[in-house]
Amino acid sequence: MQGLDFSVVVPYWDLLLTGAWWTALLTVSAGALSFVFGILFAVTVLYAPVVVAYPVRAFMWVFMGTPLLLQLFLIYFGLVQIGIDIPALAAGIIGLGLHFAVYNADVIRAGIVAVDVGQTEGARSIGFGKLQTLRYVVIPQAIRNTAPPIGSNLIALLKESSIVSVIGIAELVHSAQLAISETFRPFEFYITAAALYYILNLVLEAGLRRFERNVEVSR
Amino acid sequence: MSLRQPMVEVRGARKSFGAVEVLKGIDLSVERGQIVAIIGPSGSGKSTLLRSINHLENLNGGEVWLDGLQVNQPLRGQAFERHINKVRQQMGMVFQHFNLFPHLTVIQNITMGPVILRGMAKAEARGLARGLLSKVGLADKIDTYPSRLSGGQKQRVAIARALAMQPKVMLFDEATSALDPERVDEVNAVMKQLAAEHMTMLIVTHEMRFAGEVADRVLFMDGGVVVEEGPPGDMFRAPQKERTRSFLKKYLSA
Repeated sequence: MQGLDFSVVVPYWDLLLTGAWWTALLTVSAGALSFVFGILFAVTVLYAPVVVAYPVRAFMWVFMGTPLLLQLFLIYFGLVQIGIDIPALAAGIIGLGLHFAVYNADVIRAGIVAVDVGQTEGARSIGFGKLQTLRYVVIPQAIRNTAPPIGSNLIALLKESSIVSVIGIAELVHSAQLAISETFRPFEFYITAAALYYILNLVLEAGLRRFERNVEVSR
Repeated sequence: MSLRQPMVEVRGARKSFGAVEVLKGIDLSVERGQIVAIIGPSGSGKSTLLRSINHLENLNGGEVWLDGLQVNQPLRGQAFERHINKVRQQMGMVFQHFNLFPHLTVIQNITMGPVILRGMAKAEARGLARGLLSKVGLADKIDTYPSRLSGGQKQRVAIARALAMQPKVMLFDEATSALDPERVDEVNAVMKQLAAEHMTMLIVTHEMRFAGEVADRVLFMDGGVVVEEGPPGDMFRAPQKERTRSFLKKYLSA
């Protein structure tokens, strides 16, 4: 049996921090994508003509019903075959972003429906059009009301982002594996990586709590 | 345009919800600066009539006119959208449940219409909003969120929000029905002030005393028709129809 010795981590600290940095970057960019597309999907499913809404709904079913890993393989390895060559980082962001956009869309759709019809009537009576009413009145309220589940999705995204290591993105897990392949010390590196994920999560949660507190006043 | 052209005119308004006919051919004409109160029991169609004036309800038959412009024009799709959005900018509506935007501060609620729809500069819109807020007695609530206001204060903000679009007519849909009794007067006072400034108003209300004080004309509706109408003095003292008498007896004795 080999004793635990966390000093093996020290020479690889920069590598791990770089990995954590990429994980943060993936989370922020895929998170932004999942938020924007979550709103777009929700609005499309609710209000777009059937010819647009149904394909989007079908797309959502597929993305919700298949594993993220498979989706990443399809985007990164599969699309090349039909001539669409997406760099690994972009493929990772798109895959993670769309996957979580589908979950966000579900939440936001419910949030939009839950906004009181009086809000729409209030805006329409002033002279706002349908899209203006959605943009300025309904969606901001739907987002505020669904901030907690959207936040949970973002936390899930942060953790699930580790999966893009399989297409060679040097995020935190990938970096840890690299260090392990040189040192053969999986326990120390995986524990360290786990600790770094935990810290990233604390930061994210603090940000989300702050947002929710701000929102509390305006409800 | 003749001077005698009514500000609001409704001709033969019909509306059904499913099999239930709630408006059975209503005619209504409101002159510039006139104040018309619409009274009647629940389900009489009075709110539906008011809401059809700014097309929150789409009539099945009949016409609505605002200052010489037909509101429910036979346009389709986007063309109608553009038309109705323009028309609604000229009508203010005040709802029973205020319908303020909770995610915006009081002043944002008021400036939003002028800034986005009229392209007014933000500073100018804020000035306008401040003026309106002092008018309704809420100058100190500018940066407050609606959730921090009482019902009466919310309704006064809602009136200021509607006035910010400088409407030709104000529609009040049971504006005081959701308020605590001691909060009713502060909203009524604002409406009286508007009356004194000769704002054209249509007021759907359950408050007979207020209707009597402020209205030039009272319309009594029941079962989707106008049963009787006239100056408040005549209507309340000597109603001609039995249906009006029995309705008023219940309300005026209360």
